[in-house]
Amino acid sequence: MSKGATSKRTGAAAPAVAVTAGPVLEIAGLTVSVRGEDGERPVVSGLSFSIARGETLCIAGESGSGKSMTALAIMQLLPQPAARIESGTIRLRDMDRREIDLALLDERQMRHIRGDRIAMIFQEPMTSLNPVLSIGRQLVESIEAHTGLSRAEARRRIIEALKAVRIPEAESRLKQFPHELSGGMRQRVMIAMALALKPDVLIADEPTTALDVTVQGEVLELLRDLQREHGTSVILITHDMGVVAEMADRVVIMRHGRMVEQGTAGDIFARPQADYTRELLAAVPRIGTGLGRQKSAEQKSVEAELPGSVAVVNDLHVHFDLRGGFFGQVNRRVHAVEGISFSIAPHETLALVGESGCGKSTTAKALAGLVPYHGDIVIGGRNLAGLGRDQRKAVRRDVQMIFQDPYASLDPRMRVGDLVAEPLLIHGIASKEERSQLVAALFERVGLSADQMELYPHEFSGGQRQRICIARALALRPKLIIADESVSALDVSVQARVLDLLKELQREFGIAYLFISHDMAVVENISDRVAVMYLGQIVEMGTRDQVFSNPRHPYTKRLIEAVPVPDPARRRPRFARLDQEIPSPTRKIGEEPPKLALRDVGNGHLVAVS
Amino acid sequence: MTSPIAPDLPATGRMPVKPRAGVWRRLVKRPLALIGLVIVAVVLAGAILAPWLTGYDPNEQMFDGLTLEGAPLPPNASFWLGTDLLGRDLLTRILFGARTSLIIGIVANGVALLIGTLVGVTAGYFRGWIGGALMRFTDLMMAFPALLLAICLAAVLQPSLWIVAMVIALVNWVQTARVIYTETSSLSEREFIDAERTIGASAPRILFRHILPHLLPTIIVWGTLGISTTVLLEATLSYLGIGVQPPTASWGNIIFENQTYFQAAPWLVFFPGAAILALALAFNLIGDALRDILDPTQRSRA
Repeated sequence: MSKGATSKRTGAAAPAVAVTAGPVLEIAGLTVSVRGEDGERPVVSGLSFSIARGETLCIAGESGSGKSMTALAIMQLLPQPAARIESGTIRLRDMDRREIDLALLDERQMRHIRGDRIAMIFQEPMTSLNPVLSIGRQLVESIEAHTGLSRAEARRRIIEALKAVRIPEAESRLKQFPHELSGGMRQRVMIAMALALKPDVLIADEPTTALDVTVQGEVLELLRDLQREHGTSVILITHDMGVVAEMADRVVIMRHGRMVEQGTAGDIFARPQADYTRELLAAVPRIGTGLGRQKSAEQKSVEAELPGSVAVVNDLHVHFDLRGGFFGQVNRRVHAVEGISFSIAPHETLALVGESGCGKSTTAKALAGLVPYHGDIVIGGRNLAGLGRDQRKAVRRDVQMIFQDPYASLDPRMRVGDLVAEPLLIHGIASKEERSQLVAALFERVGLSADQMELYPHEFSGGQRQRICIARALALRPKLIIADESVSALDVSVQARVLDLLKELQREFGIAYLFISHDMAVVENISDRVAVMYLGQIVEMGTRDQVFSNPRHPYTKRLIEAVPVPDPARRRPRFARLDQEIPSPTRKIGEEPPKLALRDVGNGHLVAVS
Repeated sequence: MTSPIAPDLPATGRMPVKPRAGVWRRLVKRPLALIGLVIVAVVLAGAILAPWLTGYDPNEQMFDGLTLEGAPLPPNASFWLGTDLLGRDLLTRILFGARTSLIIGIVANGVALLIGTLVGVTAGYFRGWIGGALMRFTDLMMAFPALLLAICLAAVLQPSLWIVAMVIALVNWVQTARVIYTETSSLSEREFIDAERTIGASAPRILFRHILPHLLPTIIVWGTLGISTTVLLEATLSYLGIGVQPPTASWGNIIFENQTYFQAAPWLVFFPGAAILALALAFNLIGDALRDILDPTQRSRA
């Protein structure tokens, strides 16, 4: 059977442009189980769906819903030996209506299917490309493995594919290595590789989750165009309901390994049947609905420049020197943060937004004392630059940080109670008994129970862990909490609850937040003021309303436009593409980046003039 | 909460566990670890009680210990493990040799581990010129043949058991330092270490409370592997005449004294060899179990 399939490919490869009736892939009663310490446990149970030629099916769900396992089961790439298909069929039909049950194929037969008839792209394009082989070699190899094409022909096919995914200067890219390309470019290479063989089905597992929003828009649009041209069926796996609305013809909602609901995109979004779907949709942060904040926030922001500020950052520069050459002298410099200034008042949330590499996390690290900087950081009226070690430690108490990944930011070998008590211990606050009472109170405050203090971080879910991080940050009663992408790694429903907790704590303790995020919808939901960063500089800053309802800088506009709207009825028109890559902040020594001047366009709304 | 979305609030209402309580109890519950403990206990007892366990003197060359042709005796009723080339009782020599080998395997190896860990952790955490200097020195030590160095050191110093142990420690810390350095430098890049810095944790606190516990598995593995290496290095030094001075027995020098007669008298190499193997294996089993017990993430959620 598979032989027939390959010979079809090795021929002149007639693309299936017309959308023919009948499903190309049909899954019935699929059950996948994973063997664990406590016996076999189903991660996907009784899943059935089908996908027609040229259709886009989105499988949506939160982490642990079994969506990725479904994809791996189709590809027969389940983690061995723990996971296996317990029952069910996965039928793949070719153009002549011949059927293959993928669940019955052995590894050798399956290799002919993979890449050739069903291709897959993964979330992280860096790890799915081999870092020591050139792009060209990897692409050519993937073609040669499935077709009888000569190397020259394979190369020609590849260049065509790279052009199709709109990679500029395709020929010269072949010699490049994965690390020389940006994340968006790498994902395009993956798509090119997947589509070069013109598969019947393309499975994309969170293909844009690791990408910036503006890049995400481009990649999604590219997928859509290519699908139209080739008639490929796409199974798109995502947790992002915005992406679902943007892309899906039909949607399957999964939870705990079971299908909760399936239907057309229009139906799912307009008339969700299952309670879970409704909850899921309600939890999705949407731009233009951030009405939660009161007016008083704006008045406060006017006072922000006054001495009452919790933190004032003035002309902050962070540079990283790159060494090279025979003697390892500094020859290039990364201008990560290039002269930014802002201030944060008590009770206020300042959001710092921008795409990866814009310097927002570096700014956070400078404030938290993790990287050396130039310029002034004034916390509670004291300039950090002039302080000795002990004084600096005292000031540190006022600034705490919550990191992005709650799995990585807690020491896995410490009990969570000790972790939360640690800041108190370090700063010599309270006796041992008082400490444990304080910690218990903190646990209760963030929505955990005091019994859980004896557990280890791995025994908690992601949302619970982020609550532990919040409790830890709260322990010292800081004036400012830096939240660096603190909700990005969480599922939307959990995300909403953690955001609510943060807001509550702000009301209660008057903490100021520096909220760093790439997600414009979340930012609109929580912030009082917003600063947009691009290439290490602030290009626009103002109150939330000023920035979101009246964005002035072109980059801000692009960022807001790029956010997928979770409503299929409001699918965006064609997305304005950026023709070149975002320039690198790395420059040669002596070459200074141009400094942007900010101009007030009214009521403290600052916009960069170039 | 009636939300159909699973709340991320407490799911487990179970009683807290005391993890440190009963490391020993959990150790003896594991059959493999128990075997290891028993072997170590037997070797230890043998070494301590050697004079009372055997009626022979370890260094006495007995007339009835050799055949009339002057060949050593295979295991028999009066010499349970046979005799060596000089007619000495092998069992007695192995029991007394256990004293030397345990000191070398535990003290020399322990000191080597300590030096290696200190150098590796310091270089890995502080980097900069301190780290650079320490690691270049380590590389230098690695490039220099360990045996040659040991010979030089042993030649300068008067050979005695303790000097030999120190010499072995001084040449054996290098690999540990390299491995610990690599692990420390990747650990200190982890986000939870950054998180510790932001709450104001001092460098010693980060090193001892947060980095060292993560290095334990590596230290344990290198520690148990090091036992056989050091015991054999001692044997090599003895063979070259700069180790433990004859006639004092050690497992290593029993093997080296007799290895040329391996075909004629295999028991002379087999028994001390088996003793080294059993000791190394025993420590390995204990180390393996300890590593699992001390790692909280290995404990199941249920």
